[in-house]
This record gives sequence, C-alpha cells and structure tokens, in this order.
Amino acid sequence: MNELQELYREVILDHNRQPRNFGEIDDADRVIDGVNPLCGDRMTLYLKLDGKTVEDVRFRGSGCAISVASSSLMTERIKGASIDETMGLFEMVHEMLTNDADEPPDELEKLVALAGVREYPSRVKCASLAWHALRAALTGADHEVSTE
Amino acid sequence: MSAAVKTSAALAPITDIASLRGDFPALRQRVHGHPLAYLDSAASSQCPQAVIDAIARQQSLDHANVHRGVHQLSERATLAYESARERVRDYINAASEHEIVFTRGTTESINLVCSSLGGRLLSSGDEVLITWMEHHSNIVPWQMLCEHVGARLVPVPITDAGELDLEAFDRLLTDRTRIVAFVHVSNALGTVNPARELIAKAHAAGAVVVVDGAQAMPHKRIDVRDLDCDFYAFSGHKMFGPTGIGVLYGKERLLDTMPPWQGGGEMILTVDFDRTTFNALPYKFEAGTPNIAGAVGLGAAVDYLSRIDFPALEAHESALLEHATERVAEIDGVRIVGTAAEKASVLSFVIDGIHAHDVGTIVDGAGVAVRTGHHCAMPVMDRFGVPATARASFALYNNEDDVDQLIVGLRQAVELFR
Repeated sequence: MNELQELYREVILDHNRQPRNFGEIDDADRVIDGVNPLCGDRMTLYLKLDGKTVEDVRFRGSGCAISVASSSLMTERIKGASIDETMGLFEMVHEMLTNDADEPPDELEKLVALAGVREYPSRVKCASLAWHALRAALTGADHEVSTE
Repeated sequence: MSAAVKTSAALAPITDIASLRGDFPALRQRVHGHPLAYLDSAASSQCPQAVIDAIARQQSLDHANVHRGVHQLSERATLAYESARERVRDYINAASEHEIVFTRGTTESINLVCSSLGGRLLSSGDEVLITWMEHHSNIVPWQMLCEHVGARLVPVPITDAGELDLEAFDRLLTDRTRIVAFVHVSNALGTVNPARELIAKAHAAGAVVVVDGAQAMPHKRIDVRDLDCDFYAFSGHKMFGPTGIGVLYGKERLLDTMPPWQGGGEMILTVDFDRTTFNALPYKFEAGTPNIAGAVGLGAAVDYLSRIDFPALEAHESALLEHATERVAEIDGVRIVGTAAEKASVLSFVIDGIHAHDVGTIVDGAGVAVRTGHHCAMPVMDRFGVPATARASFALYNNEDDVDQLIVGLRQAVELFR
C-alpha cells in the first residue's frame, strides 16, 4: 500500500471529499471545458480576472479523486495570485508530474501532494486536466481542451 | 516447419476447464508483489503457450511474404497463412474460405463493410439500425457513413437491466432500414443479444445484418451459418490470439458484389495505367502484405479453442460470474451495471463515492487487472448515468482465487476512501 498511500495522501482524499471553490461564477471572464477521454473526466473552469490577478476561480465537473483534488487544490492556490505567478505554477506542476528527478519547489505549497501521481503514468492526465484548462483559459483559448 | 495440419478434431474435447490456466505463461507472474489476477480479458485476453509458439515458429523459420515468391520460405508462409484461414472457416462453419477476410480486427472489419457496401446500399432517407449498447467501433463508422449519404442512424434503446428493448427493435425496424448492425455480446454490460432472432427479423425486413462478434468469440462457439448473419466481425486478441489480426466473415454472394475498399498489391490481378482487374475473394479485400504471423497466431488460437468443450466452458464462466457478482455486491455502496438474464462473464460496477479510475489503480496495487472507464461505449455510460465503470471480465483461465483477490483490492479501496 506504500505507493498507493503516497498517491492518495490525506490532503488528496480530503479535497476529493470536499472540493474547494466548487461551483460556477456567473460573471466569469473566462469559461473553459476540459475533458480527459481516457476516464471520461469532465470539468469546467470559471475565472474572474482583474487585470493582472486571478480574482476568483471556481470549477464544476466529475472525475476521479486525483482529478477533483487537483482542480480543488489548484483553485485554492491560484485564487488571488497574479497571472504571471499562475503561469509559473503551471510550469512547476507540469515539471513535478512528469519528472521525478527533482524535489518539487516550495512555492507549490499544498500542491506537492500531487507528487505521488508521477509513479502512475496513466494517472498524470487526471492530475493535469485542470492545469491544462487553466493555461488554455489564461492564454485566451476558447475551445474545449483535452488531455489527449 | 510447415503449417500445422488440422488434428484437433481427433482429440477428445477438454471438459476440465480449470486445467487450462497452466497453458497461459502471463498468468504465472506477480504484479506489485501479488500473483496476477487478470480480469481484463474483455479488453485483451492472454495467449496460451501454443499461440506464442506458433507465432515464434512462423517468425523464426517461415518469415517471408505470401502469395509472391516461388522459394521455399514464401511457399511455407503462404501455406501457413492460408491454413489459418481454413481453420478459421472451419471453426465458425463458414461455407467457403472466400468468406474469410483477414483484417486488423473488429473495427477494421466493420469499417470494411461500411465503406465497401454501405455507400452502395444506403441513400438519403434510409436508416441504419444499431443498438444503445454498441462499442464505438459499431457506432462511429455508421455515423460517418450516414452523414455522408444523408441516411439516419437509429439506436434501439436498452432496458434498466441492460437488455435490448425488443419491442423497440420491432418498432424501429422498418422498410427504411437497410442495415442492422448490433453487438452479439456487449463489452460494457456483458449482455448476450438474441442474435438469431434479431437476424431473422432484420432479414424479414429486407436489411443486411452486420454482427460485432468480438466479445462473443471467447465465450461462445459461433456458427455463422446457423446464425445466418450476413457479416460477422471479430478480433484475434479477444480470443486468445495476438493483436493486429481479425476477421470479417461475409456471405460470398454479398462480398462478390462489393468493390475493394483499399487498393494496392495482393488485391489485383492485372494493373495498367488505364484499368486494374481485381483479385478474387477474399484477396480483393486484403490489399498489401498481411499480418502473416498474426494470422498464424489466430489459427493456433482457433485450434486451442477447438479442443475445448464449450458447454463446460460456459458452465465454468457462468459459475464464476455468479460467484463474483455475489461477492462484489456484498461490498458497501456497490451498484452492478448490467444485469441481463443472458450475460457473458463481464461484471461492470460502480462504487459510491469512489471513481472507477481510482478503483482501478487501487486494485492494481493488489495485483488485479480490471478495466476502468467508459469502455468505448459512452452511450451505455450515459444510459446508466455514470461517467465510468470498473469492469472485471472473466475468461476460461480465471478462477475463484482471482475473485478473492479482486475483493481484497476492492475492500482496500473502500477503506482508503471512507
């Protein structure tokens, strides 16, 4: 169970049970759908942007624990952060999920809980779905993003 | 080494199904420190040693192109390839080897019918009848065809148990229906459709019938003449053969009228820049160098299956399914998806509060391989209001130990998530 406990850390299970920032933003500046065809995970990300910062962020959708927890942790971490910082976090998370050589940077804070995913290549897409949706939203894409 | 001659008919049928497990080397390994409980045969079944040996022999000594060379290796490769075709013909009781087209698999077989026959048969306003429980491979090709010719794709609904709604089938089968395409055994639900009855009704309505037999082959002895289907499609890797090889059975009189769907070598008699004359059946549908070793492996799989007593196999699998269904249903929050009266050994389920994908990862940690996801049958998932299910599928080599191990894995999942 060791690797499994590493994957399903308490913080992941907690965010899966009680996702933070779950819901919609009526006057969102950006709304984007993300889909992971492998497991049928779907999520919609709502962003309220205030010039250079993420003023508010919410999400809706259904998915596995990794995908829901990743979305929840992401919204918690980027709410109030600058867009530049948020894009930097995307890079750091991407690096953490795909490269197990380095220790994840401290700036990731609670997001390091996702590090266990890298031992499960088929699950990396679950953890990265929300982040790909986020990047697409911030770079102005207006179509559905897919992890495929 | 020349192609094996058929000797299987002379041997007594194997009724001791439990004794077959030892024939499958993959099942002797450990995964994450546990014995492997392989419960994903509906995705890909394991190969018995006899199949692996046949492929190795073909690749070691007889690797050459077919129907081309006059040299010894090419002769042997051709003999092995054609002998595989003959054994498949014999196994499914087709009338002629002209009716056995080797393809990459079920998907390609359906696409072949769709592109070669579909456009000639369908025009604007016509209908293709499918079912709600089809694999995407028996939906998407028809959908593309219908869009192209302005025909309509009509799905027959299924009941809460996952059975075909036969009244709806009767109602939706009309004089506009040109093609009826349905799955013999559902990969996501395990439902066994009453193929003979559906085929007879479709024929009475004047429709051509295409059956997706991929999931039926490892569980049932198929006789295409008894079924009277026009086409029957299946894959090697679901019936203990290798991947990348499959079969389209088609009635000769239909295949004869159909134009080739791919052009190239092998499928021609003569070529000049003005015109090409096409080869005879089945070669006109086998453009390019085929998967020779794959066909040889499929031939060996058919030999393997030929020796098994199917009533004994069906009894083994239904006892196992019943046992697994009871044990899985005991777990808190489990809902079984697909409870048809006639079911192959496929057990799809969801657990409250635990996504199927998480179930899959956790039971893998206990050495148990199950499939999780939508099983390429998204309309089925929508019908049951779930994004995904976990699916344990049982083949001839599975036993109660595999079920016990699955239960251990599922209990770990429940414990972790509660």
